[in-house]
Amino acid sequence: MAHSNSRRHFMATSVQSVGLAALGGMLWSGYTDSVKASPLVLRPPGALKEEDFLTACIKCGLCAEACVNRETNIDKETGKARPGTLQMAKGGDALLIGTPFFVPTEVPCYMCEDIPCVPVCPSGALDMSSLLNEKEELDINKASMGLAVVHKESCIAFWGIQCDACYRACPVLDVAITLEYQKNDRTGKHAYLLPVVHDNACTGCGLCEQACVTEKPAIFVLPNDIAKGKAGDHYVKGWDMQDQERVKNAQGKETTTDRSKKTADEYLNMEVEY
Amino acid sequence: MSVNRRDFLKNSAAVAAASAVGLSIPKEAQAAAAQTESKWRWDKAACRFCGTGCGIMLATKGGRIVAVKGDPAAPVNRGLNCIKGYFNAKIMYGADRLKKPLLRMNDKGEFDKKGKFKAVSWERAFDEMEFHAKKALKASGPEGIGVFASGQYTVMEGYAAQKMMKAGFRSNAIDPNARHCMASAVVGFYQTFGIDEPSGCYDDIELTDTVVSWGSNMAEMHPILWSRVTDRKLSNPDRVKVVNISTYRHRTSDLADVEIIFSPNTDLVLWNYIAREIVMRDEAEKIIDWDFVKQHMVFAAGPVNIGFGMRREGEKSLKEGKYSDLEMETVSKEMKTIVSAKEAPALEPYGYKEGDEMKHTPGTLKHWEISFEEYKKSLEPYTLEYTAKVTKGDPAEDIEAYKKKLQYLANLYIQKGRKVVSFWTMGMNQHTRGTWVNTLAYNVHFMLNKQAKPGSGAFSLTGQPSACGTAREVGTFCHRLPADMMVKNPKHRKITEKGWGIPNGTINPVGNQHIMKIHRDIEDGVIKFAWVNVCNPYQDTASASHWIKAAREMDNFIVTSDGYPGISAKVSDLVLPSAMIYEKWGAYGNAERRTQHWRQQVLPVGDSMSDTWQWIEFSKRFTVKDLWGESTLRNKKVLPDVVKDAVKMGYTEDTTMYEILFANDKARSYTLKDAFPQLGYDDTESRGDSRNVLGSDGKPWKGYGFMIHEYLFEEYASFGRGHGHDLAPFETYHKVRGLKWPVVDGKETQWRFNVKYDPYAAKAAKETGATDFAFYGTLAKALSQGDLTGIKDKNKKSLKNKAKIFARPYVDPPEMPDDKYDTWLCTGRVLEHWHSGTMTMRVPELFRAVPEALCYMNPEDAKKKGFKQGGLIWVDSRRGRVKARVETRGRNRVPQGLVFVPWFDEKVFINKVVLDATCPMSKQTDFKKCAVKLYKV
Repeated sequence: MAHSNSRRHFMATSVQSVGLAALGGMLWSGYTDSVKASPLVLRPPGALKEEDFLTACIKCGLCAEACVNRETNIDKETGKARPGTLQMAKGGDALLIGTPFFVPTEVPCYMCEDIPCVPVCPSGALDMSSLLNEKEELDINKASMGLAVVHKESCIAFWGIQCDACYRACPVLDVAITLEYQKNDRTGKHAYLLPVVHDNACTGCGLCEQACVTEKPAIFVLPNDIAKGKAGDHYVKGWDMQDQERVKNAQGKETTTDRSKKTADEYLNMEVEY
Repeated sequence: MSVNRRDFLKNSAAVAAASAVGLSIPKEAQAAAAQTESKWRWDKAACRFCGTGCGIMLATKGGRIVAVKGDPAAPVNRGLNCIKGYFNAKIMYGADRLKKPLLRMNDKGEFDKKGKFKAVSWERAFDEMEFHAKKALKASGPEGIGVFASGQYTVMEGYAAQKMMKAGFRSNAIDPNARHCMASAVVGFYQTFGIDEPSGCYDDIELTDTVVSWGSNMAEMHPILWSRVTDRKLSNPDRVKVVNISTYRHRTSDLADVEIIFSPNTDLVLWNYIAREIVMRDEAEKIIDWDFVKQHMVFAAGPVNIGFGMRREGEKSLKEGKYSDLEMETVSKEMKTIVSAKEAPALEPYGYKEGDEMKHTPGTLKHWEISFEEYKKSLEPYTLEYTAKVTKGDPAEDIEAYKKKLQYLANLYIQKGRKVVSFWTMGMNQHTRGTWVNTLAYNVHFMLNKQAKPGSGAFSLTGQPSACGTAREVGTFCHRLPADMMVKNPKHRKITEKGWGIPNGTINPVGNQHIMKIHRDIEDGVIKFAWVNVCNPYQDTASASHWIKAAREMDNFIVTSDGYPGISAKVSDLVLPSAMIYEKWGAYGNAERRTQHWRQQVLPVGDSMSDTWQWIEFSKRFTVKDLWGESTLRNKKVLPDVVKDAVKMGYTEDTTMYEILFANDKARSYTLKDAFPQLGYDDTESRGDSRNVLGSDGKPWKGYGFMIHEYLFEEYASFGRGHGHDLAPFETYHKVRGLKWPVVDGKETQWRFNVKYDPYAAKAAKETGATDFAFYGTLAKALSQGDLTGIKDKNKKSLKNKAKIFARPYVDPPEMPDDKYDTWLCTGRVLEHWHSGTMTMRVPELFRAVPEALCYMNPEDAKKKGFKQGGLIWVDSRRGRVKARVETRGRNRVPQGLVFVPWFDEKVFINKVVLDATCPMSKQTDFKKCAVKLYKV
């Protein structure tokens, strides 16, 4: 009985969400095109911060052209170019028409070693200097197009399924995505092999998102601003020399809360109720 | 009753939603939900894919499989799966499922080898098969009919196919793709134990202290077992050690404490090095368990100049010039080689020195007993210096650091009180000395008394879901009969003939048409009728262009039964639509001897029918006088006329094979019952089904009228019961989550040959007086005496209840990188795809995850050759070339001088490049090494 009750509950809920989706469709249908123009868009390697990028990009399309025409993009059978990673925005928000972006589930960024899309940028919207390593060479591993995020509840590795398709697809495997081993106490003899994304190494190429085997990917790339939180610079890790660099940004600014917004005088001159 | 805020919100949202879509939810939706639920059915089955043998549950609704879950009650996987298992519910529903028989025809509707495929009736399909099979029999006798069989056959399919071939056609030319996958393991078992299949079981993982993986990427190929290894490591990280031994870095290295990257083929040296450490240090450190060795072991050796299983001088296709000069550079090694500097030290104890010409004779299983002193002599060359020098596989690795790893490895094995399991798969089996390297593994475990014990043992993992259960146990190999019996052995033939109700002398004693030989016999024009069952031999066989050319251009008739169109179907003349796994009753046997059954869950798609049905219907087309007259084999051996004997047995000249082999009185005693396990489940073969498919006689198919699956299983099982292969009754398997044979008095067996766990060992030990072990296998258990170079005393001495430790040297493989072809090619698999991808490439999610096979290459090599990551190159050998994309990153990190290309992708048809050299003893192809050159497209 309990089972059938919960089943009914499930059915009712799914009808409910279908309904809501339909409702949403009606209310927000005019909004969808501009979703592409939203901060959720992924930009090519080396792109300036979104605000600056939009100002700098002259929408010439050279990056997308370099991407599709690169030597490594030839189809094995036809000998012709496959669809490129970079697309140029069409329609929707006027500000964005003609700016380059990519959708990992369609064509991810293959992280070409010579990064053909960047040096061709005439405007500096794609900043080559951000992609140079210590040896002053172009290094695609320096790219930070976004950050892959794992949704644990739909990621089947967190169910104990031996998947890790994202891990094996990662071009920076074992650095950008590592596996964390955990005992599976339910079975008593298996282990979870859980994908963990490391934000300092993830370039946001989206190969993981494309490889993910769930119906809607459980790992997906979000633009850095959206995917990342930020810890305050007033506290640094005492055990991590590198983290202590953040002290540079610490400013010791005055703070205000509801409790502190009155001056001391004002506060003290109010009577205590008794 | 108060409504809390949450409920209130939920209700109002539901109302809003309902009005938006114009629905009124409550009663109707609830009723619909309840009804839908009653239409679901969960039932247990085995996973379709690898040899791990995970248990699953399938949800069926409206005649379709809609969902799958790992079976929480299954001991192997306890409810878990890997990503192939995760998609079991989707594999049968690809858009291009084969639904009708398809025949190549001309415009007049006649068969035409150059014609296009057009749909025909089952009746027409069988008419054509009958015609061409009879034509082939007339031209070449029983050797003219071949079957590409499978380690993915259900037990019943394999049994039906083997019975019709060996009893009906008197042809032993039936051999499974499992030949490519674990034949070396089998011959290793036979030579060492005298009986097939592992002594241990998966419980070893939870009990061991050490997992050493040899040529096995368990992390990708046996993921559920790997998660058990991982759990074991996590449970005691300091004590439990994991070592990965491979020719390149792969995912199994992640967990490993030590990774040993060795140069291809030198695993022979590594095993001998460990054995040498054991033997040479024994005097000082008391390492060998001499009580065990003296009581249970003998030492043995065999010839070393046995070739590489390639074509030999004088064979028709060689004489006809079907092999190019380039190909002949390698093939000529089959006849003779010059002893190289690398192999000379290892061959010295066998009487060879550098520069000697070694004349090779065809591979032989022959071996003889030698003394311990001789065995010791064979190990002398494998010093740390020699071993490190020839085995180090990564040129960038420091040799001193590498030597430390070797010593660490040897010490792990040797350490007193440390339990060790050695796992291996294709790296050791797909090897031109695969049998040797398998036996070398047991040597080490035996001398340390670390075999057939909980937590310790050398354990051959299998690739395919029923390579053990069907190919090996049923015996769908050219040389085998059920339950470890051999066609060569007159006693075994007699037992089988009696069990099958056929005249004495019916079974052909010559069983040499293994899978490579079948291909070669087609190329030589001997086999003129070949039938592909549950495999893809035109994609999965090395030197593929030869076999495809022979199929398409010569006078023969190739039939492929499959669920989906692949390369094999494409090169065939007739394609038959097969019912897929959950569209039929079946059983698989996994790598730990666990037999698992399932019931038919749904009706087959389209007009497809099971392979069992196809074989039985085919048998209706042949009578006693068609098949059982006298015939002469190629080697001049005469198969006697047994028609008269058949008549004496109550058959007539016109009795069909169907009546004798499949619809006999015994078969009919397995009646259809409305009781467990049949009740409520379809059985297309036995009962017909609502599709009313027009059958082989053009009439609607109504079923055999008896429980054919139970009959086939029970008759097969009868051969093994009482002979160490005991299986439980058919019905029992439908109640349990598989049982590990031998199942004696209702109990399964965890560790064979161990008196404590194996009733057969206990029984045998009573005769020998041993209290711990009895290696009771019966094959090759009497040997002549000799030394490393040959037999000295032909008299055979019994070694009943003993096992063998073999002296086996390192030798070079027939093709190694040189100036022209400078790179090793190794092939293999990826987790996401199964074999040739016929199923997994049709699951959108798996296709998207890994859409194409890549050429994994060391970044330094790519730089040197001017290749870009992602760029297209040719991978080119003496046999052919394919285009592939360069991958210098990702899951496989290869050392300089080696590339890895998976074989699942028919668009990167790597088997056109690979060499068809085999272990000359097991006839298993070495897909792991040949020489290629690489250049830009």
